[in-house]
Amino acid sequence: MKQRSSGAVDRIFKLLTTGAALIVLALAGMILYQLITQSWTSIKAYGLGFLASDVWDPVFKEYGALPFIFGTVASSLLALLIAVPLSLGVAIFLSEIAPVRIRKIVGFFIEVLASIPSVIYGLWGVFVLIPLIRRFQPVVQNVLGFIPIFQGPPYGYSLLAAGVILAIMIIPTITSLSRDALNGVPNHQREASLALGATRWETIRRVVLPYNKSGIVAAVILGLGRALGETMAVTMVIGNQPQINWSLFMPAQTMASLIANEFSEATEAIHLSALVEIGLILFLVTFILNIIARLAVKPRKTKGVSKL
Amino acid sequence: MNLRRKLVDKTMTLIPLLCVIATIIPLISISGYLLYQGISNLNWAFLTELPKPVGEPGGGMANSIVGTGIVVGLAGLLGIPIGILAGIYLAEYGQQTRLGKTVRFIADVLLGVPSIVIGIVAYAVVVVPMQSFSAYAGAFALAMMLVPFLTRTTEEALLTVPDNIKEAGLALGQPYWRVVTGIVLRAAKAPIFTGVMLGIARIAGETAPLLFTALNNRFWHQGLTGPISTLTIQIYNYAISPFQDWNQQAWSGALVLIILVTLLNLIVRISSRSRYTQR
Repeated sequence: MKQRSSGAVDRIFKLLTTGAALIVLALAGMILYQLITQSWTSIKAYGLGFLASDVWDPVFKEYGALPFIFGTVASSLLALLIAVPLSLGVAIFLSEIAPVRIRKIVGFFIEVLASIPSVIYGLWGVFVLIPLIRRFQPVVQNVLGFIPIFQGPPYGYSLLAAGVILAIMIIPTITSLSRDALNGVPNHQREASLALGATRWETIRRVVLPYNKSGIVAAVILGLGRALGETMAVTMVIGNQPQINWSLFMPAQTMASLIANEFSEATEAIHLSALVEIGLILFLVTFILNIIARLAVKPRKTKGVSKL
Repeated sequence: MNLRRKLVDKTMTLIPLLCVIATIIPLISISGYLLYQGISNLNWAFLTELPKPVGEPGGGMANSIVGTGIVVGLAGLLGIPIGILAGIYLAEYGQQTRLGKTVRFIADVLLGVPSIVIGIVAYAVVVVPMQSFSAYAGAFALAMMLVPFLTRTTEEALLTVPDNIKEAGLALGQPYWRVVTGIVLRAAKAPIFTGVMLGIARIAGETAPLLFTALNNRFWHQGLTGPISTLTIQIYNYAISPFQDWNQQAWSGALVLIILVTLLNLIVRISSRSRYTQR
């Protein structure tokens, strides 16, 4: 009798946990389903032209995603340009150079950087970073003003501000993931290289970094995914102008910041639907990036060893 | 070894140190401004009073602080059980099964979904049918972010429990569910708790999913089915407002928020440390 009842409880317990696991799947399904059904009006009305049109004008019911795709891609690439070298530097410092005590302290700082809410980054951006950009923009323009990407009046709210804020926000992500990748390099690889007479830097460059290249690539892709979808900090500093402008000092707008700005004020069904379609694009892009990152991170241990 | 190689080695190994310094400068700047700007307005009234109308000095964020507590609490009530149970499934039943692999993969992907997109979905699923922005909608959005996070942290926590403890339980004739709840969960209590605290800290700092779910409220919330103020949204509104007084209060709000988040992180550090030293 006891045996039997515990068997039943066993089944119920398994059912309960399986149910919770299925909820996780249902969440993903619900996100995709809602995004598609809610944006269907806009998908039907504008088709693929939605992606190519650069006019966003709710008053005349013209909706095109191009300025926001531009703003999102430009700000994220700018962020990668700043964050990748810095993060790799910090990761190399943490796994190859620093003594254990200092590793712990620096690692802690990076963790703190990761735990700061994005609205606080935005606040700092508005009151510290933007005045800083306004002050230094004329200085830069005096020297490099003839290059188009440095032209424009000193708004402060700009693509550059967004890129810098995003860079600071994704440094912890890229750093900690690529540090893990570097820590995964077995010590005998380093020792072999040093035994051959290579210096520490030569060992890092020729042995450690190439050994787990895919791990570093995955770290960068996940950082990119975070930058593309980041909302609050960007919304607060990018200036929110739906325009395609190649100057770093001009305002722009990203897909996420557009949704943050207009969603709660959109009254027309087609406006709302177009905003959801922007969200759908954002979802699909980050979804695909995540899949690529996860495929890249698959360990290929045997290959690394046989190379030696 | 020739001099050139030595010189290159010395300079190139110095560059990572410069990277560390460049990375820590923004952190120092942010914490400095938070303390310096935030502390000037941070007083008892700020923590206990409602916002004053435009132009009137003073007032506080009491409703937002309570609101954050309510929304995050509701999200926890909804998200923690689901996340932990799903994590138990992954660790105890779904290690090798196709369902387990799919759930693990989807949970990872969900962690990368932009939070603003989560907000859209919560709007469509909760706000539209209820025809009102509400604490429930905000909590639903945050729970959607909490579940995949806890699923993965719980699974990892449970996998740290050695198999022989489990086998000892099974050898004593315990049914599997008793082994899981009485032995495995108990042994992994600390890392699961860590996951929960980190998850709560994460969602407490979220703004984007609340923009059009919980919305905002300049007064005390009227029940959970109406709009409710949260710290993050209030900081956002005050930061982008043209009034200097509100800008100042945004800094104080940010200081309160960062103290809350840091406290949660500290609890994790202290609790995990004491457990390791006990062993």
